[in-house]
Amino acid sequence: MARLAGRRALFAVPVLGIVTFGVFAIAAASPFDPVKAYAGTAGLSASQETLDQLRANLGADEPLVTRWWNWLTSAVQGDLGDSSALRQPVADVIAERVGWSVLLASAAFLVAVLLGGVLGVLAARRPGGWTDRAVTSLAYTLEAAPPFWLGLLVMWFFALKLGVLPAGGLTDTGSTVVTAGQVARHLVLPASVLALSQLPWFVLYVRQGVGDALQEDPVRGARARGLAERTVLLGHALRSGMLPVLTLVGSRVPELITGALLVETVFSWPGIAAATVEAATSVDFPLLAALTVLATIAVLVGNLLADLLYGLADPRVGFDG
Amino acid sequence: MRARSIRGMGTLATAAALATVASACSAPGEGESGGAATSAVVGIAYEPETLSPLLGFGKDGNSKIFDGLLTHDADLKLKPALAAALPRVSDDGRTYTYALRKGVKFSDGEPFTADDVVFTYETILDEKTNNPSKGELDAIESVEAKGADTVVFRLKYPYAPFAERTVLPIAPEHLAGGQDVNTGSFGTKPVGTGPYRLAKWSKGEQLVLEANSGYWGGLPKIERFTMAIIKDDDVRATRLRSGDLDGAILPPNLAKAFQGSGQKTYAAKSFDYRTVTLPTGNKVTGNTAVRRALDIAVDRKAMVDGILEGAGKVAHGPVPTDSEWFTEGTERTYDPKKARTILDAAGWKPGKDGIRVKDGVRASFPLWYVSGDKLRQDHALAYASDAKKIGVEVEVQAGTWEVIEPRMPKDAVLAGGGSPADPDFDQYPLLRSDLAGDGFNNMGRYDNATVDRALKNGRESDDPAQRKAAYDTVQRELVKNPGYTFLTHIDHLYVVDDRFGELSTQVEPHDHGLAAGPWWNVEDWRP
Repeated sequence: MARLAGRRALFAVPVLGIVTFGVFAIAAASPFDPVKAYAGTAGLSASQETLDQLRANLGADEPLVTRWWNWLTSAVQGDLGDSSALRQPVADVIAERVGWSVLLASAAFLVAVLLGGVLGVLAARRPGGWTDRAVTSLAYTLEAAPPFWLGLLVMWFFALKLGVLPAGGLTDTGSTVVTAGQVARHLVLPASVLALSQLPWFVLYVRQGVGDALQEDPVRGARARGLAERTVLLGHALRSGMLPVLTLVGSRVPELITGALLVETVFSWPGIAAATVEAATSVDFPLLAALTVLATIAVLVGNLLADLLYGLADPRVGFDG
Repeated sequence: MRARSIRGMGTLATAAALATVASACSAPGEGESGGAATSAVVGIAYEPETLSPLLGFGKDGNSKIFDGLLTHDADLKLKPALAAALPRVSDDGRTYTYALRKGVKFSDGEPFTADDVVFTYETILDEKTNNPSKGELDAIESVEAKGADTVVFRLKYPYAPFAERTVLPIAPEHLAGGQDVNTGSFGTKPVGTGPYRLAKWSKGEQLVLEANSGYWGGLPKIERFTMAIIKDDDVRATRLRSGDLDGAILPPNLAKAFQGSGQKTYAAKSFDYRTVTLPTGNKVTGNTAVRRALDIAVDRKAMVDGILEGAGKVAHGPVPTDSEWFTEGTERTYDPKKARTILDAAGWKPGKDGIRVKDGVRASFPLWYVSGDKLRQDHALAYASDAKKIGVEVEVQAGTWEVIEPRMPKDAVLAGGGSPADPDFDQYPLLRSDLAGDGFNNMGRYDNATVDRALKNGRESDDPAQRKAAYDTVQRELVKNPGYTFLTHIDHLYVVDDRFGELSTQVEPHDHGLAAGPWWNVEDWRP
């Protein structure tokens, strides 16, 4: 187990190197100009001299490889550089925001996995039955619903019609202190929307996995031995049916991050997503690279976790494969 | 770890999730905003990158956290703020002397002195400072402190509207001086002399201001002023409706839905124009007859009614028709028939496809707008359809500024701008021939010697009558040879809860600052 993790960590080094270089290369090739982005509307009335001076100050005139190498060497020494888009050190930008994104994403993920598991098993129990049909069509409908629209919809319903939950923000608008109770209440809608947008995959996979497992010999045998339906379903079918889902858990991380981006926008959630968009459109190399590294690490850890869980859930799967 | 313990963890996680949901549902309505009228929460669409005046925050004055030497009243007249009085100007118009208000303290308790003023201006002008608006202070030759409470500016050339530039917020040297001006913590933890101090800035979510108890202008009644940052228009409207916000800026179609529902709608007049550049480098748009024909062929009234839903005014030039700087008699009447006559007389004859041709040149040119800007897109399409009616083809195209910029010498652009403080701020960079193509200045490469002279007179003379005459000349020249087709001036709409009473708005520039809208004077609200 430790060997698997160690090997993956070692492997992550060149991956991160290549990914950051890719980000620098793509950003450099993009039509966006960091100086224009930095200047914003002020740039529309700035003279060429001011713009040239900005370009020199921001180091935007250096070649791509130099910029990447400078960033990489100082990042390795712990200095992530300064964000030009947000006018503060990258480390500060990330420290301010990443916690809220992690909270949102993990709450949503948890809900999606649990709810998806329950609904999937219910649907798989009697394929073609009305529960199955209801759950499956719900899953397809949700799959087709854009998270942005879903966000507006729940905001309209819960905040406007019922008035039971806040419409956005991290705390009550106007409050300067962040309390756990407030955050929890403000977390409900965005986390639910994010969870709903992730839900279809889990539901459909669990339904398929458990459904297939129910057809397998060991389950049929268990049934034949007269074991209770509950034991058969949860003890036998779910256990082998969960395996593909575990892989899915790992591979869903990237989509969770992009989903969070939309949800954070709708609910004014002060997470990392808005900063990511800002970093990308203003060709803010240091911030963009740091965020990409973070996202890449999240994906790698997600995959590692999936593999570890796989091994734990089914001892026949080794850790050295 | 075995499968059993995983199941155990699952149970624990379920319990934790349920607990979260339960606690979340238990206290609806608790801590609702509103109620006491000592606080206000408004929704804004724009978030500043920094709150440091050294990097451009609040450069047009009225930044709430900071004060400038001068500030504007409701009618945009200059009045003293950190200065004790309006500046003394030397006879040659090149020396401005400010006596400073005594006893002013920054909100951290440190006294405000002339050194802070010198520090602020010198830091902005420093070439290592990444302030994209520093060009606005080009006229400054030097700034120095005479004792603790006098500051003297010397200018490179006589510059009549200079006092307007000194609304720029003053930063404390003792805090902002010791750190990297471009990325230091002062940009997120600003301290100023203004009516409010920053209580909390949660990026992407909200900016909370608290009344500055030591404010020299008296303690504001609204003790807490929160600006929720909500970029999406629909979300802002929804949160306003849910009672989460007391006010918000909204586009016209969404603002309409709030009429007569316990909220008041304020339409702030603005200098914010939309115009079409007619570059001299293009054989069609560079032709004076075509420019003049287009100028009277566009139905500006229809644009105001259709595109702006009435929230705006027709624009006959950079100066709005209700401004004191507007020149009577330069209104263009919508007259496509006369436009056709002008083109006929100039030799632009209709070709086979209805598009006019002269000397083998088709009366056709591209018009660019910034992609994603619905308002500009609508203006561009309306312009093209009006032009079509007189036999001029306008091909509307969308792109980012990066795509548009290299094409500006030859292609038309749907541009916006406007600055109410002084006609010089807008018109000089827009129309001076020697600034043609300098960055985004004079995008249309307009070249008119009479206008050049008038613009120079306008900025150098301090006699109001002479200045008025200069800008009259500019506007009349723009009738004879319009380098731009000015279309509309846009109102900015705000919806605010009734309980704050009757509020006012200032005439607003093209940019939306934090302190635009009815909350421009939130420190004076008396609900």
